[in-house]
Amino acid sequence: MPIFRLSPPFLAGSSRVTLHMIQVLLALIPAVIAMVYFFGPAVLINIVIAVVAALVSEALMLKLRSRPLKPFLSDGSATVTAVLLAIAIPPLSPWWLTVIGVSFSIIFAKHLYGGLGYNPFNPAMIGYALLLISFPVEMTTWLPVNNLADQAPGWLASLQVILTGQYQGMAMDAFSGATPLDHMKTQISMMRSPEYVASKPMYGLFGGLGWEWINIWFALGGLWLMYRKIISWHVPMAMIGGLLAISTITWLIAPQVSGSPLFHLVSGGFMLGAFFIATDPVSGSTTLRGRIVFGAGVGVLVYIIRVWGGYPDAVAFAVIMMNMLVPLIDYYTQPKVYGAR
Amino acid sequence: MRSPVSDFPGGLHLPGHKKRSTQTPIHKTPISKQLILPLQQHIGEAAVPIVDVGDLVLKGQRIARAEGHVSVCLHAPTSGKIIAIEERPIPHPSGLSAPCVIIETDGEDNWLERHPVADFRQLSAHEIRQIVRDAGIVGLGGAGFPSFIKLNPGVHHSVDTLLINGAECEPYITCDTMIMRERAEGILDGIEIMRYALNAGEVIIAIEDNKPASISAMQLALAARPQWQNVDIVVIPTRYPTGGEKQLIQVVTGKQVPSNGLPIDIGIVCHNPGTAYAVCRAVKYGEPLISRIVTVTGTDVKHCGNFETLFGTPISDLLNFCETKRQPDEPFIQGGPMMGYSLAGDQLPITKTANCILVGVEDVAPANEPLPCIRCGDCADVCPASLLPQQIYWYSRAKEFDTTRDYKLFDCIECGCCDYVCPSKIPLVSYFRFAKTEIMNQEREQRKSDLARERHESRLERLERERLEKEQRQAQRKAALEASKKAAANKEKAAPADNATETESPAEEKN
Repeated sequence: MPIFRLSPPFLAGSSRVTLHMIQVLLALIPAVIAMVYFFGPAVLINIVIAVVAALVSEALMLKLRSRPLKPFLSDGSATVTAVLLAIAIPPLSPWWLTVIGVSFSIIFAKHLYGGLGYNPFNPAMIGYALLLISFPVEMTTWLPVNNLADQAPGWLASLQVILTGQYQGMAMDAFSGATPLDHMKTQISMMRSPEYVASKPMYGLFGGLGWEWINIWFALGGLWLMYRKIISWHVPMAMIGGLLAISTITWLIAPQVSGSPLFHLVSGGFMLGAFFIATDPVSGSTTLRGRIVFGAGVGVLVYIIRVWGGYPDAVAFAVIMMNMLVPLIDYYTQPKVYGAR
Repeated sequence: MRSPVSDFPGGLHLPGHKKRSTQTPIHKTPISKQLILPLQQHIGEAAVPIVDVGDLVLKGQRIARAEGHVSVCLHAPTSGKIIAIEERPIPHPSGLSAPCVIIETDGEDNWLERHPVADFRQLSAHEIRQIVRDAGIVGLGGAGFPSFIKLNPGVHHSVDTLLINGAECEPYITCDTMIMRERAEGILDGIEIMRYALNAGEVIIAIEDNKPASISAMQLALAARPQWQNVDIVVIPTRYPTGGEKQLIQVVTGKQVPSNGLPIDIGIVCHNPGTAYAVCRAVKYGEPLISRIVTVTGTDVKHCGNFETLFGTPISDLLNFCETKRQPDEPFIQGGPMMGYSLAGDQLPITKTANCILVGVEDVAPANEPLPCIRCGDCADVCPASLLPQQIYWYSRAKEFDTTRDYKLFDCIECGCCDYVCPSKIPLVSYFRFAKTEIMNQEREQRKSDLARERHESRLERLERERLEKEQRQAQRKAALEASKKAAANKEKAAPADNATETESPAEEKN
């Protein structure tokens, strides 16, 4: 006897939350490969630690909240949060940093608000913001891309650094340095011109060497998600548009203030943010016009915080700030319904 | 032939599964031993039986009359004997029972004398509506609204367009497909009568492009009537729910029916091709509506097809006739898989609104616990009314019904597109129905309590008025008494001899 719902519709399409999440993870693969190429296998170790921490936290919270484990552990949302956070933090971060960030994301930003679907803020970005505020040094020391360093740390070296914070007696600092975005900011504050800074060997065509490629791969992965209709074009395009608008205006009026619009577009976590973070449906705007407002707001805020704020990168803060406005945006961007007078 | 002028937002490209039931021509279902005829097979007031148990009836004989304005008559689908008038389970999603007339058929199928009308133009529009009403005709698309009302533009409206809805956009259902294929002449005759009754400027027959045989049959029939003016067939793209009245109007005319309004408000009246055919039979042949074409299909049906079935035929008889893998009392779907409802019970009858009996569907919606909403907005993308189902769901769940109205809950047509695409498999339409019912209940309660309050207030007012009147009367009486006492005293003074008679009077009163 077929078991079907008692009320219509009796048909269902093939769309499932788990399939959404799996495709998001697939879309991240090219950029992760690029990161491994530039920063070494530490990125992958980070991802493993983060995913384990996320699933353990998720299971723990589900247990505490007396929710069924299987449907929620297998929905893939905790894994996506973990991977996003793992690739947003420096590859050689100590293991405890990753664990704190991820478990805070899952426990506080997600489950204390009611779990999947109920979190007003992007969990990965809440975890990121916590780490950035609490551990600013660890969070801003990135590896230089490997063709600048003598050799990117291999599996063993990465594992040793992540677990002990040291490699063959040398502290972590020996390997790492500021990101191009951070470097640009400090150099400009020292009255150097953006053109001069960008001519340094750590910069590539438009952005930081390596970073620009990572950003491009994030964008390509995002475009695939768009093609698969997992995300709509509204948030990423509005976010890119918002950033380009404000950075072009500033660039034209006062070119000495910061790097070029293209530099900002392919620096730091911008493309990751545009295609994978700000597109989080739960914490973002749900109307089409609202998504444009939301995305553009994130784009503009990213630039403002990067250039005039205290932090080199700003995707997390920009997304969280726009998350706060979502109920308001949603209410005022309702579409015109059929037959409205 | 014309092209569609516009489009509607959202919608779905669903697998049609139409071929399954269009491989054989329309068959007649054999007459069952017993026919169960619910007195209410239409929207409005139930019909009132005019026969008694034991009466012999002929095919087409009226067995119940219309009651009130929104109501139609009911007829004996074949000849036989009335064996009971009692409550029986009816095809209703909640398994209700309702009064039914039960006929034991005699197998003779003897007609009552029929009164065909040779030239309907000799009749007035009103007379045509009366025939349609007396023939028990309701919209055969599935809703069952009395058709004569929709043949009356009323004094405030004029009808520009009579729109024949042959879209049949729901998967599996093919009764309109087949009737257009096989009975195009009758449909056109019916359309001519309807157009005359409505005095409609133009006629548009809209058919989805996945029914080429129906389109060409209708075109052929139309081409044979070169004298007809302003009658067009519009082939519309196949997309669910393009057969929704509002969506079809948008596609074909580019206009939108105003919120809370009716198509007639913008000069359009919609009818189903099956209804047009029924009107033709009623007027031209004097035959009341006693049968309809029912699609029997689904993955568990051996001989899928369309069956001209007498009303009252037990669905189990029809399913046995088609041979299914269904177990007794296994649920099946009446209507389409998107907007129909599930029924269980073997003795449920075929009624005027039974367009399709569906046993087994592919891609069946799971009955298990849904995941939470992740606000992906896929539901809003497919909503043909441009609503935000995710928001309405959120507020329905929270029982914030006022906010659901802000989000235009009542513009939801319950097509189910949102449910279909939901990655969390949330039964959204069920939530919306729940919210609508709750709001309507609240409003009813509100009206009730308003009425009670008014009653109470008027009662208080009345009591107060009565009290004042009483006081007034008492005061008057008192005044009168005092006046009379005074007068008596004066009299006493004047005539003390009267005393004796006055003292006697209280004693008399005691007696």
